[in-house]
Amino acid sequence: MADQEYKPSHSPDPTEPADPDAARPPATPGTGADRTSDAVETVYDASTGAAAEDRVAVASQFQLMWWRFRRHRLAMFGGIVILLFYSVVVFADFLAYASPQASEAERSLMPPQRVYLFDDGSFSPHVFGLDSRRNPQTFQREYFANPDDKIELSFFAEGFEYNLFGFIPTNRHLIGTKDREIGESVFLLGTDVQGRDMWSRLMYATRISLTIGLVAVIVSIALGVVMGGLSGFYGGWVDMVVQRMMELLYSIPTIPLWMGLAAAVPDHWSILRIYFAITVIIALIGWTELARVVRGRLLALREEDFVMAANLAGASQFRVIFVHLVPLVLSHIIAAVSLALPAMIVAETSLSFLGLGLRPPAVSWGVLLQGAQNIQAVALTPWLLLPAIPVIVVILAFSFLGDGLRDAADPYGM
Amino acid sequence: MSTEEAPLLSVKDLQTHFFTDEGLVRAVDGVTFDIHRGKTLGVVGESGCGKSVTARSLMRIIDRPGKIVGGSIMLRKPRNDGSNQIDEIEIGELTDDGREIRSIRGESIGLVFQEPMTSFSPVHTIGNQIIEAIQLHRPLDDRAARNRATELLTMVGVSRPEERLDELPFQMSGGLRQRAMIAMALACEPDLLIADEPTTALDVTTQSQILELLQDLQEENGMAVMLITHNLGVIAEMADDVVVMYLGQVAEKGTVDEIFYAPKHPYTKALLQSIPNIYQPSRVELPTISGSIPHPYNRPAGCPFHPRCPEFMPGTCDVHVPETLVSPTGQHVRCFLYTEGAVRIDREEATAGKDASQ
Amino acid sequence: MSANQQITTPPGDTRVIGDTILEVNSLKKFFPIKKGFLRREVGQVRAVDDVTFRVRSGETLSLVGESGCGKTTTSRCILRAMKPSSGEMLFHQKDGRVIDLAKANRSQLRPVRREMQMIFQDPFSSLNPRMTLLDIIGEPLLVNGIGNRREREDRAAELLKLVGLRPEFLSRFPHAFSGGQRQRVGIARALALNPRLIVADEPVSALDVSVQAQILNLLMRLQNEFGLTYLFVAHDLSVVKHISDRVAVMYVGQLVEFAETDALFHHPKHPYTSSLMAAIPAPDPRKRGIRARLKGEVANPAAPPSGCYFHPRCPHAKDICKQESPIFEEVEPGHFVRCHRARELKLTGVPELDNSGAVSASDS
Ligand SMILES: Nc1ncnc2c1ncn2[C@@H]1O[C@H](COP(=O)(O)OP(=O)(O)OP(=O)(O)O)[C@@H](O)[C@H]1O
Ligand SMILES: Nc1ncnc2c1ncn2[C@@H]1O[C@H](COP(=O)(O)OP(=O)(O)OP(=O)(O)O)[C@@H](O)[C@H]1O
Ligand code: SF4
Ligand code: SF4
Ligand SMILES: [Mg+2]
Ligand SMILES: [Mg+2]
Repeated sequence: MADQEYKPSHSPDPTEPADPDAARPPATPGTGADRTSDAVETVYDASTGAAAEDRVAVASQFQLMWWRFRRHRLAMFGGIVILLFYSVVVFADFLAYASPQASEAERSLMPPQRVYLFDDGSFSPHVFGLDSRRNPQTFQREYFANPDDKIELSFFAEGFEYNLFGFIPTNRHLIGTKDREIGESVFLLGTDVQGRDMWSRLMYATRISLTIGLVAVIVSIALGVVMGGLSGFYGGWVDMVVQRMMELLYSIPTIPLWMGLAAAVPDHWSILRIYFAITVIIALIGWTELARVVRGRLLALREEDFVMAANLAGASQFRVIFVHLVPLVLSHIIAAVSLALPAMIVAETSLSFLGLGLRPPAVSWGVLLQGAQNIQAVALTPWLLLPAIPVIVVILAFSFLGDGLRDAADPYGM
Repeated sequence: MSTEEAPLLSVKDLQTHFFTDEGLVRAVDGVTFDIHRGKTLGVVGESGCGKSVTARSLMRIIDRPGKIVGGSIMLRKPRNDGSNQIDEIEIGELTDDGREIRSIRGESIGLVFQEPMTSFSPVHTIGNQIIEAIQLHRPLDDRAARNRATELLTMVGVSRPEERLDELPFQMSGGLRQRAMIAMALACEPDLLIADEPTTALDVTTQSQILELLQDLQEENGMAVMLITHNLGVIAEMADDVVVMYLGQVAEKGTVDEIFYAPKHPYTKALLQSIPNIYQPSRVELPTISGSIPHPYNRPAGCPFHPRCPEFMPGTCDVHVPETLVSPTGQHVRCFLYTEGAVRIDREEATAGKDASQ
Repeated sequence: MSANQQITTPPGDTRVIGDTILEVNSLKKFFPIKKGFLRREVGQVRAVDDVTFRVRSGETLSLVGESGCGKTTTSRCILRAMKPSSGEMLFHQKDGRVIDLAKANRSQLRPVRREMQMIFQDPFSSLNPRMTLLDIIGEPLLVNGIGNRREREDRAAELLKLVGLRPEFLSRFPHAFSGGQRQRVGIARALALNPRLIVADEPVSALDVSVQAQILNLLMRLQNEFGLTYLFVAHDLSVVKHISDRVAVMYVGQLVEFAETDALFHHPKHPYTSSLMAAIPAPDPRKRGIRARLKGEVANPAAPPSGCYFHPRCPHAKDICKQESPIFEEVEPGHFVRCHRARELKLTGVPELDNSGAVSASDS
């Protein structure tokens, strides 16, 4: 009932005439038969009407959706979080300060460093260098902060070279050190077994995991919309075939299907090809849900009177589909995508975690979490579990966003 | 209105408001009426005037942002122990969803919802839903409850009731579903049946069957009926007393004869004239009520009907709120046209009426 | 009112009832009933089962009957929103040519579509919520290549004024309007191409009583002004009585009676029509009475009864009714009935009143 404001039966109806006599019927309603037809004209003659109501009246569906969405606090919050995450995707190289592959046995499994922002009361962010020592009993390497080894941090510092947005060559990074090689001295989130910097790896993993989801969703939207569209718009035997296909895909248990498909990906393929193959596998399984949504909407919309009105006016099939139907399904597609994306991200993460998806040297959340698979990791090197946090945050944010979008996309049942 | 016996249900100055994000909706704003045993009270008015909210208030089942903020709903219920004692229950003061109100729902007051399509759960058979309603109030085992359900369906004129009990709601036609809904509302022989637009979705022939059914039931059990509709034909056919509502208020109230033959309120008059009438010559232009119901968030000041009223008196109607006036025969009207007359004719009753409804 | 008499038109009614505009002959529409995985056809719903009538230009012809009797299917076949199973629908075009709508293909239908338009029942689903009133009303003009943007805007504004809305509303979206206002928009859209025949499927059923009167008045005014022909589908008999010149009564896909409005309402000749009349609740508490109410349920159009489809419910049924189907014949000039006993039965309809004001509210 939160949408009461937009319920058409109670929609703003500025029928209050400015001149109270203008819209008045003759004093004796019983003699209505002799009323001129012009009297009807003034019935809806509205000359006043609050500015707010006018604003609502001429607002398009997307504007209305946006207004409704904006009121959904949690969804707004989720949206902002997701925007932040996707900016990590774009600026991963900038945010990382070390190469994700730079390994060094000497600094295996270093714990995160503590960052100090002030030194003697003045702003001067720094960390302390770590000295290592092997524990004579456990033969584990242990690390101690060395208070004499102050490493000052700077912002927008120079580091390794990369291409911003893929084509602007630069070597600027968010953080750097003043006087030494950062890759060998700063480990904000610690290192993994092979001594690779977790922070930098997390940045690259975020890029891969979030894009793989996005690409998979784009592929499955294309599949879902086309298949669902065909099935919903044409109905009949096309619908039958597509429906049976969807049911078939739906009835296969996912994990064995993944395992089968992933096993079919040749070992010798490059990271890029595997990445692509995984995307396609995820999309091939994931399109059914979207197709279901699109088909359902189209089936319902096809029966709407305005579609028939367009047909009766002589509009072409093309016009009916692209002017009338697609824009109405669009909002639902957007909402469905916001729900499908996290599913895709989880799919990639779990595939990779199980060793069926991306494999090192590629980095993704799943690959990173693979490094924390054993109980020892939980006990001794808990920082290896850090990549689980962004997974949880992103999934939550997506589901808040999805809820908000779904509510907003549903103006009086359309 | 002339019944000596105390009314079964007395509603006084009922106010139910919705506190929505966009503003306050005074869905019911000072409604007063009585319902007598064995009689039918008709409630008419345009869409959104608060008919359904009034009905739901009586059963305390108002949707979320809504609340009863004033007035009283007095139910007079005979004791179960065989004595002639009558309990007076103030429904408005019962705790939300407490035991007392739950025993009133279904047992004292039955409700036939406006949407017969959505009032049944689509996944349970009609039979199971009726049986559940019976067992909620009666200590019957499954077999006895099923027999009772069959009996009820037979009573409301459903053929082959045994088979119908095992049907799902969508397998039944609109008319059958509506009968099943009535059967469910009658499951515990309520003293009052509230029927919210029971026939709006139905054909004339089915409509007349349902109305006849209600009349028969009323004759047999002396049940009181509150019939909500915007079909004046149905009101003329069924009602003893009529309440005409406009924007959450009672514009006029009287016997069915008074309302149809001596309407006082300009809204009632306009409403009566705007319906096509089978006795009228065809193709004459119908008198209409100009404009449409105002948006619930901005009610007009003064008399709520004044922007559309043909008898509008500037300076009075748009400034002051008219009070309810009572004629010697008990007809209530809320309009300035009658202020002087009514007060002069019957000052005492007018003030009594005001006490009741202000 | 007898058949050869010119229809009495009230003051201000300048209509000329002219020649035939549409002839529907033996129209049938059967829907297949499919079952099982392979969707085999196991039967047919005889939604429209041999319907024949003629529409004269300038008149209002109403189609009435119980829910599911095939009113909507008939009107959709005429508009060719669906293809009839068999039968003929001859439409007399403006230029005098006659086209059989039942056999016409898409391209042949295109020019005829301009002459036939539709007004819908549901004021909410009939307007695309993503379009402004300009786009909605201008669509028929746009897709038929009429005028440039400026001209379409002018025409849309003019149409809005015609239906009693302010031209400034053109840039607004449908969600800003009430049910009655939306129905006016739907009417404006139907008028955009200057059609001659308008099919209105329950155009006022979804509206409030007071708004209903406004729309009925508007429809009648537009008819007088533009000489429109209405095929009006409704189940509210008071509305039908009010607006129609002639009325066709349908029962389980068939026409059972067809006559001029007053003849049909006051002197029905088919038992079904008579029971429909008895079921109308009169808006007059002093005319309550014991009425012969129709018992039983409407026959199933997938398995209609033998003989006369109405016989299981008919109080006048005889043996012959169970065996032989009655034919649809002209019992009196202009009065068609499908009943074996049409000539002998004396049926009651709505009583005629000398004093028509007796029921309307008297001023006190
Ligand atoms: N849950 C709700 N939240 C906010 N406002 C509500 C709610 N339910 C009802 N209202 C408002 O209360 C008013 C009265 O509604 P109600 O349903 O009683 O009308 P009605 O007379 O039954 O109309 P109808 O003939 O359409 O059924 C309306 O203005 C409506 O907007
Ligand atoms: N697409 C369809 N497929 C199968 N059966 C159909 C279809 N459309 C209509 N029918 C059936 O045809 C019959 C006539 O339906 P139609 O909609 O024409 O009735 P109607 O007279 O318009 O009823 P209402 O008053 O409820 O609108 C009904 O029995 C209906 O179930
Ligand atoms: S109080 Fe005034 S505005 Fe209201 S109904 Fe009476 S005459 Fe009309
Ligand atoms: S043919 Fe027989 S059964 Fe049919 S309507 Fe006439 S009298 Fe009744
Ligand atoms: Mg209601
Ligand atoms: Mg229909």
